[in-house]
Amino acid sequence: MHSFGYRANALLTFAVTILAFICAIASFSDKFSNQTPSAQIQILNINWFQKQPHGNDEVSLTLNVTADLQSLFTWNTKQVFAFVAAEYETSKNALNQVSLWDAIIPEKEHAKFWIQISNKYRFIDQGHNLRGKDFNLTLHWHVMPKTGKMFADKIVMSGYQLPNAYR
Amino acid sequence: MDWQGQKLAEQLMQILLLIAAVMAFVVGYATASFRTMMLIYAGGVVLTTLITIPNWPCFNRHPLKWLDPSEAEKYPKPEVVAVSSKKKSSKK
Repeated sequence: MHSFGYRANALLTFAVTILAFICAIASFSDKFSNQTPSAQIQILNINWFQKQPHGNDEVSLTLNVTADLQSLFTWNTKQVFAFVAAEYETSKNALNQVSLWDAIIPEKEHAKFWIQISNKYRFIDQGHNLRGKDFNLTLHWHVMPKTGKMFADKIVMSGYQLPNAYR
Repeated sequence: MDWQGQKLAEQLMQILLLIAAVMAFVVGYATASFRTMMLIYAGGVVLTTLITIPNWPCFNRHPLKWLDPSEAEKYPKPEVVAVSSKKKSSKK
């Protein structure tokens, strides 16, 4: 406390330490929020289903995604990253996950949505196993906070199947 | 500042920052606005800086009593003699 510099240093250090505590408590307060997200995905149409020149199968789908992710937003949420993945099993891989569509949701108001879209990213298999394949469509989301740890969760919707022959 | 003033300034700084932090968190949580919390806390830090860092007169109410110059002249500082120190080191 003998000079301006000494006091300024002490104040700044203490202020930043307390700021770290505030952010930790804010991140902790997220645990008390009640989260009930819901989603539904419908496949409206299989646009085409072909075998590529390299031998891999490719599908083009039109999806209808309806979701309500508003309850995931707290005061400490910066944005929510959501994506739809098709998951299936083949003889070569125990689990294949192919991302079909994603979106960044920056605000609570945009978190309740209905979108009809053909797949944003190509659905290509490693091989030619897709004929007649049963698969799940999973909506994953990552909640990115303003301070603290990011956490992720998902809803699995099963019961989808690809046609038995190429179109 | 004097010693009492320094102690007072340090205590004031700690208490004011803690109060600013608590108020910022409570208001921010109640209004569900992270931005409000940060703004209130920043305002609190600036206020604390203005109160505790400059040399306000209230921190100087118990000034130190320096020795009177006339007293100091009665006991002059001893003069350093270079020759005698050399002899001392050879004896050791």
